Amino acid sequence: MHEYKLARFLGWFSLALGAPQLARPDLVNRLIGARDDRESRFWQRAVGVREVAAWAGILSRRRPAGWLWARVAGDVKDLALLGAAFRGKRESSPRLAAATASVAGVTALDLYTAVRLSRHADSTTEEEHKGMKVKASITVRQPLAEVFVVWENIENLPIFMEHVESVRPTGNGRSHWTAKGPAGRSVEWEAEVIAVTPNEIIEWRSVEGSDVENSGTVRFTPAPGLRGTEVHLEIEYDAPGGKLGEAVAKLLGEDPAQQVKDDLRRFKQVMETGEIVRSDATPEGTGARKFTKQRPAQPLEEPEPALVGGRTS
Amino acid sequence: MRANVWSGRNTVQVENVPDPKILNSRDAIVRITSTAICGSDLHLYDGYVPTMKKGDILGHEFMGEITDVGKDVQTLQVGDRVVVPFPIACGTCNQCQAEMYSCCENSNPNAGLAEKMFGHPICGIYGYSHLTGGYAGGQAEAARVPFADVGPLKIENGLPDESVLFLSDIFPTGYMGADMCNISPGDVIAVWGAGPVGQFAIASARMLGAERVIAIDKYDYRLRMALTRAGATEAINFDEQPDVVEQLKEMTGGRGPDACIDAVGMEADHGHGAVHAYDRVKQAARLETDRPHAIREAIMACRSGGVISIMGAYGGFMDKFPIGPLMQRSLTVRTGQCHVQRYMRPLLQRIQNGEIDPSFVVTHRLQLNDTPEGYEKFKHKRDDCVKVVLKP
Repeated sequence: MHEYKLARFLGWFSLALGAPQLARPDLVNRLIGARDDRESRFWQRAVGVREVAAWAGILSRRRPAGWLWARVAGDVKDLALLGAAFRGKRESSPRLAAATASVAGVTALDLYTAVRLSRHADSTTEEEHKGMKVKASITVRQPLAEVFVVWENIENLPIFMEHVESVRPTGNGRSHWTAKGPAGRSVEWEAEVIAVTPNEIIEWRSVEGSDVENSGTVRFTPAPGLRGTEVHLEIEYDAPGGKLGEAVAKLLGEDPAQQVKDDLRRFKQVMETGEIVRSDATPEGTGARKFTKQRPAQPLEEPEPALVGGRTS
Repeated sequence: MRANVWSGRNTVQVENVPDPKILNSRDAIVRITSTAICGSDLHLYDGYVPTMKKGDILGHEFMGEITDVGKDVQTLQVGDRVVVPFPIACGTCNQCQAEMYSCCENSNPNAGLAEKMFGHPICGIYGYSHLTGGYAGGQAEAARVPFADVGPLKIENGLPDESVLFLSDIFPTGYMGADMCNISPGDVIAVWGAGPVGQFAIASARMLGAERVIAIDKYDYRLRMALTRAGATEAINFDEQPDVVEQLKEMTGGRGPDACIDAVGMEADHGHGAVHAYDRVKQAARLETDRPHAIREAIMACRSGGVISIMGAYGGFMDKFPIGPLMQRSLTVRTGQCHVQRYMRPLLQRIQNGEIDPSFVVTHRLQLNDTPEGYEKFKHKRDDCVKVVLKP
């Protein structure tokens, strides 16, 4: 598999770039003909850290595709930084041009390797399992029957499932789902419950031809010593847009594994305290939103009416 | 309203911000009459706690008057005078039911973030980074108080603000530090740090029956307060007597203190020496988040089979932690963010009985507008600063 060899080569290449950037950013600046000041040294060091991380990641992982994609993203950023360096200089610089040309070349190589590796990864994982599986569990301090009944009446789920906008039962164990997809897209699908054992388990799957193919189970067991009820949720699905869609969603801060965990936390909040708990930084409540996108911890100018007051259950 | 906001490392400023609003049905809004700067605010100020955002309102020690309540708050009314405990706790989860309020499972909307840092999430805390929920703090004219039916303590007897304000954090925190030592008659307790929490740990250890309490600090004015006001029986100034462990052995007939309370936390100061320089550099380069000097000393000094009680705030990871001495000598470590709700009622009773007046730690009274000056004085221990109270 020559793409694996290529990946290893690119890994060592990362180290060869990153180490001098970390150790002597001033020399690197001079070598590529960029302005040598505190800011550009900071950026050299930052890029150096990333390169060393890429080296470690690519060489230590069985499937380095993700790190190769990270390299591609890094290349794009480097090109942007070099663009900024161009703007910062008054006269044209042949060295800067040469550096830009080399980065563009490496970008092409990274992209090629990443695509090849991803294809390869896809073809092998297809046999292992379809799509993506996420699991989470939580303990709720309520009797099992009361916990079960909330899930059994699936129109309740949007109360605590942050991305699900509505679930409308359509009869015969079927339901129509509307959810927020990555990047603000709305996705819809039909689901059917395929098995229910009261107070134990609910299993469902999307009907054939859905936008988002998914299936899952939610299991309920009493927690020992009167600690309430354990809820174990497992969802398997093909993300909209396949692997690329999944990668984009992660970049936007929508990590599916974290989402499922946070949804269960919201469920627990509703069951134990009566509503979704809100802070000034997260007025929408617990969610997979990245820290960098949060508001500062100070009161909202005007709270949205939907956020104010009333119990949601 | 006016509020003190964090705007970068070593920078706070008082700004105009929107008034707090009810966001949940169990919220209350408190008009703040007194608030304070906590030693742990200095960790945020110094930039050692991750997930701070420009514009975050600081402060988690405050009291005041209820001006609004959500529709599900039955226990409080507009006009009630309350002290607000710093941990935000729902009162109904398994942890709250076990009176482990600072481990509340529901009050931190950034539980996912906290889980990554700490393994499991901790409770929400006012003005204390986004790891603890991103709640606006109480160094302000007003604040939103979630789960107002669980936390706030009503004050109905006309005690002045300064006598009850510290029920919000430092008095219960110091008390819990002593409580965890399982003090029995004859016990000698050593307390690292004679800041506000250290003073209350010393006072509490005496209230709980310790025979002797040894205060350890490098500022004479703080040690003086420990000896004359908090009830310490002896003091060690480690600037003058750097070998604290040897000194403690000498003072206890070679046994070592029966329990050691760390009221210092992540920015421990050694004053001099190569080890301190090593830890400073590692912390500054973000290779460790916490400087371990005080806790190392406490472990080495404690008698075999004794208790290490950690109340100083730590944020992440440290190096060269003496796990061997801890294990080999049967030491017990007890720690936690204070479960304030568990202690505030009995401690209010002690204040009412005249057993203690917590206002003895107050050295500076400032207007809210002068908060930045308060941070500088407190941080650099200028002007014999122990505790700054702010008046909005």
